[in-house]
Amino acid sequence: MSLIEVDDLRVKFMTRKGIREAVRGVSFSLGRERLGIVGESGSGKSMTARAIMRLVPRPGIIKANHIRLEGVDLLDLPEREMRAVRGRRISMVMQDAKFSLNPVITVGDQIIEAFLQHNRSTRAQARQRALEMLDAVLIRDPVRVMRAYPHEVSGGMGQLVMIAMMLIAGPKLLIADEPTSALDVSVQRQVMGIMDDLVRDRGMGLLLISHDINLVAEFCDRILIMYAGRIVEVCEAGRLFGARHPYTRGLLNSLPRLDQRRSRLSVLNRDPAWADAPGVRG
Amino acid sequence: MTGSGLRSWLLSDEPTSRHHARLASLYTGWLSLRANPMAMLGLGILAILGLAAALAPVLAPHDPLTQDLANRLQPLGTEDHLLGTDSLGRDILSRLIHGARITLYIVALVAMIAPVAGLLVGTVAGYAGGWTDLILMRITDIFLAFPRLVLALAFVAALGAGIENAVLAISLTAWPPYARMARAETLTIRSSDHISAVRLQGAGPLRIITGHIWPLCIPSLIVRVTLDMAGIILAAAGLGFLGLGAQPPSPEWGAMISEGRRYILDHWWVATMPGLAIFSVSLAFNLLGDGLRDILDPRESGH
Repeated sequence: MSLIEVDDLRVKFMTRKGIREAVRGVSFSLGRERLGIVGESGSGKSMTARAIMRLVPRPGIIKANHIRLEGVDLLDLPEREMRAVRGRRISMVMQDAKFSLNPVITVGDQIIEAFLQHNRSTRAQARQRALEMLDAVLIRDPVRVMRAYPHEVSGGMGQLVMIAMMLIAGPKLLIADEPTSALDVSVQRQVMGIMDDLVRDRGMGLLLISHDINLVAEFCDRILIMYAGRIVEVCEAGRLFGARHPYTRGLLNSLPRLDQRRSRLSVLNRDPAWADAPGVRG
Repeated sequence: MTGSGLRSWLLSDEPTSRHHARLASLYTGWLSLRANPMAMLGLGILAILGLAAALAPVLAPHDPLTQDLANRLQPLGTEDHLLGTDSLGRDILSRLIHGARITLYIVALVAMIAPVAGLLVGTVAGYAGGWTDLILMRITDIFLAFPRLVLALAFVAALGAGIENAVLAISLTAWPPYARMARAETLTIRSSDHISAVRLQGAGPLRIITGHIWPLCIPSLIVRVTLDMAGIILAAAGLGFLGLGAQPPSPEWGAMISEGRRYILDHWWVATMPGLAIFSVSLAFNLLGDGLRDILDPRESGH
């Protein structure tokens, strides 16, 4: 059975100018694998992730035939039970740790709180678990980092702290929304590598959202390409360069490559017709 | 360690430990407060007030309640009565010293009740939004619509005169500005990423408000409280003056002015001395509050 199954997901925003659909009929399923979602800004990839958590900013409305997590439709759950799902079974790493950690609470207390949120245990045990978790994300001096405030850790370390915090309750699915976009290129691979190892060791599913097609191709098994709120192409990561949809081809061609010499990079052209044409399976 | 050694240790650019760094930043804060003469004046007056309140029975030359009708309305500088005596022959200096206790008692209680109530209402309104926000904020507006003293008068009149009721009434009129401030802060904090992050972990509204929004709201509330102290003292004195705060034999400053009012032309010091006390203490709170704001609020001290 697949871990999560999304069927015909739509996210609508009622505005004064009428209904705007940010996500228009997205369907996919995810097992214990690593799935990447790639697309440009505003293509609806983050909205898809937030809709799975049922945390779409007001006045957004989530509609879908079903969003099943291990067979249970999340759309039917009352808010109280949904809170037990968040963090415990699905958790999400966001883009910039600088903004996603509370500036006036120490890193350690925030991780401990994340653990106590879903587990009944003493504070001492929670502290022990937090230290183990920081150790698992390869932070060298966990005791010192526990006492630090978010502004006292570097961006890369902050993101590792975030990952530790999101994995401490042992979720089945990790959604990573642009987890490394705010980091230096040199630190990006390192953070991705650590996250990738953890996800594989624990047999979790990973939904990686990014605009960096190369990063996604490197760390994912399957890739969804989104355009204007829909999935335009699904392909295996290994066969990305054989993609057939003109948008995917355009994305690939607009990136510089070491193995091809070109005097000029091609410009990405968008065809409005793609927004409604059926998707391609690679 | 010598004095200068301690000083250079505190001002070192390379703190050797977290503890050291914290002490050093406290010390630099203290230095910049000390460089502000007005704030130091305020601090000095408040130190005297605190000392007077703490050691009242020792410092006061007489019992504040003992009457001596043979010696009534003695002028300033009389033998044994430095600030004279009032209409019942009680020593004014002793009464002022004992009155410091009452003033501090009222200020401390109000400063504990009003900001907490305001914080509660403001953060709940700001975080919940919608109808909750609308209802709570309109209630706040109703309280704000009345002049503070008038509303406090109405409460005391309903609850009955007395110090505890005065504290309650002043608190009831003092919380709305805190609620507005807390709400404004909450609105900006609510949409920040770290709140989304705790929601993503499955935290409920109660945990988010108490654990993540309160700590961020508290610093600005504290600064506001120090600036509000003067208003609280004046309100308490006003209630005392009108006979609705502390009741007659007790040496409350407002009540003392009220008693001295009848003799103000012939025996001016009876009303003036407690008036000066109220004036200097509220001034001191304002001066210190200003100085503290400059240190505590980094947004204000950008220069």
